Amino acid sequence: MLTYNTLIVLVGTSLLGASAGLVGSFAVLRRRSLTGDALAHAALPGLCLAFLVVGERSLPAMLFGAFLSGLAGIGCISALRRWTRIKEDTAIGIILSVFFGAGIVLSRCIQNLSVSGSKAGLDSYILGKTAGMIFQDVVLIAGLAAFCLAVLLLFYKEFRVVAFDPSFARVQGWPAASLDLLLMTLIAVAVVIGLPAVGVVLMASLLILPGASARFWTDELDRLLVLATIFGLLTGAVGTLISTRYSLLPAGPIIVLTGTAWFLISLFFAPRRGAIARWMLARRVHSRLGQNKLLNLLHDLSEPSWPGESAWTIEDLSSRKSWRPGQLKHLLQQAVIWGLVEFSGTGRYRLTADGWQKSAELARNQRMWELILTEHAEWSGCLANLEHTGVQECVPPEFYLQLDRELRERARYPKVLVQEK
Amino acid sequence: MPVGDQAPQSAPILDVHDVTVAYHHKPVLWDVDLTLREPHLVGIIGPNGAGKSTLLKAILGLVPLASGTVSIFGQPLATQRKLIGYVPQRESVDWDFPISVIDTVLLGTYGRLGWFRRPGRAERERAQQCLEQVGLADFARRQIGQLSGGQQQRVFLARALAQDAQIYFMDEPMAGVDAATERVIFELLQTLHAAGRTVFVVHHDLRTVRDYFDYVVLLNLRLVASGPTDVVFTPEKLQAAYGGRLPILDAAAEALRTQEAGHAHL
Repeated sequence: MLTYNTLIVLVGTSLLGASAGLVGSFAVLRRRSLTGDALAHAALPGLCLAFLVVGERSLPAMLFGAFLSGLAGIGCISALRRWTRIKEDTAIGIILSVFFGAGIVLSRCIQNLSVSGSKAGLDSYILGKTAGMIFQDVVLIAGLAAFCLAVLLLFYKEFRVVAFDPSFARVQGWPAASLDLLLMTLIAVAVVIGLPAVGVVLMASLLILPGASARFWTDELDRLLVLATIFGLLTGAVGTLISTRYSLLPAGPIIVLTGTAWFLISLFFAPRRGAIARWMLARRVHSRLGQNKLLNLLHDLSEPSWPGESAWTIEDLSSRKSWRPGQLKHLLQQAVIWGLVEFSGTGRYRLTADGWQKSAELARNQRMWELILTEHAEWSGCLANLEHTGVQECVPPEFYLQLDRELRERARYPKVLVQEK
Repeated sequence: MPVGDQAPQSAPILDVHDVTVAYHHKPVLWDVDLTLREPHLVGIIGPNGAGKSTLLKAILGLVPLASGTVSIFGQPLATQRKLIGYVPQRESVDWDFPISVIDTVLLGTYGRLGWFRRPGRAERERAQQCLEQVGLADFARRQIGQLSGGQQQRVFLARALAQDAQIYFMDEPMAGVDAATERVIFELLQTLHAAGRTVFVVHHDLRTVRDYFDYVVLLNLRLVASGPTDVVFTPEKLQAAYGGRLPILDAAAEALRTQEAGHAHL
């Protein structure tokens, strides 16, 4: 059953999941995922220092310290990148480990030196601990989440242009660097909200997973942001419920694993962008190419005797092109089902009327491409579209008519189609 | 076509004065002086590494100047951004970004909208018109990654058109595009020229320079020459820009000969 405490924790983790998902999406799109990770790790020393300064466990003070040192870490990364020849990934690696190392040392010092240190529960900020969440914490989380949402709504247009094309944005006069800094501030806020629950080590996944998952389900930025927020919210809620149900399991890692599970589902099962959908598309394209290859071959073999009959055995066909084992048989069966090829008895196959028409059109397309490549190389740029469309859709109408004419002049025009038009 | 309200008529369209750009102490552009007083279709040409794109980026404030000044209609760049349209290199963005074709074109209107205002019906109609102008009206709802390279280039052109600028800067718009796209670009340049706009184009194909541009800027780290195409696009000046790179020079000379033969026929 849901107790009051569980409810508090549930609301808190849902809100932190939602805000991390929302601002994290922009980090993913802006290719700043790792920066978010560095920011989370860099928050630890600030948290400890704030505890030392205030002298007791005060969540707002410690989170403010975390916020400042997180931003300081980001500042160091930008400075290294800008003023030295160190590349961004190296800078991120250095800052992440240095700040995190300093944070660990500080937290151990606090626990060793003072009596109250052991009460600080600093360890829980490394891997996260949701059980201690109280009503005031949730109010704080809700306030910060609302702040993130408000800023993103206000600057939606500006963030969008800077995220997609920063140099274009700069030419238009948008201060890309300041907007980036604002984005980093929002990420720092989201990190700070999430620290007590999932800790500095796992925070990055809460920023990255919802946005990365949402990308599989939509091609529109506004929908992606809505989806990422929902995914983040559900990740926090479901993760918390699982960890309360099995009270031995730590909440932070469970929340992260919940997010990962949803990411994997998205990765495999999303329509169109998912791995399975892409695999099926690749198979369809492959099978169509095979079918075209078969029809082209049948056409080239049969055309000389047209309109007379001609039929071919599997051996005739298999000796003239290379096929994978079983492929030719499968393609022939398919063509028979589609009514393009028929069985003529005595183990031979021939084109049906539909098959003649279809294969002749394919042959015309094929021969036009050959003509373009040999005689009109300046048009070969159109080849990029070969996979999806025929010549007619790729070149201007007057050039298509010219190709048509040239094929007829060279007696390369498919006989079946000569009567047309 | 009115030219920048706040600019006095006498101010040059573009004035680049003594511009030097250096990356890590290595100069990539030296002491470039360039003044354009009349609207032209300007081709920026020169060998690889001559600083063609860098000149464009220096004018647009995308790379820091080691020295020099740039003014647009007599004013510094910062106050004249609404008069500028930009077509970056196609490779400069992630085409898998979740944005549709029409929304990409709509980005062009953001500059005039200013902070916080969202594009409304007028902006959407304008974006659709620009898309029609580059022949992509039917692709409005597609995600940009589903387009071919040439079509992607045309989306960038439509976005620049949506900026409704006086001066356009295009970075290699004709690199690696299909013939249909090249034709769209050519017609677009003519339309913009007829409307009194100025277009700077970084261009790599010497064979088409005479067809496209009535003004040429010849670069090789420094400015070799600039002026009307007839005056600047000559074997001597090309020799000066391309130096001893003979294969390229031969190609250029060959191009010139065929061009001249072609022009003689007309």
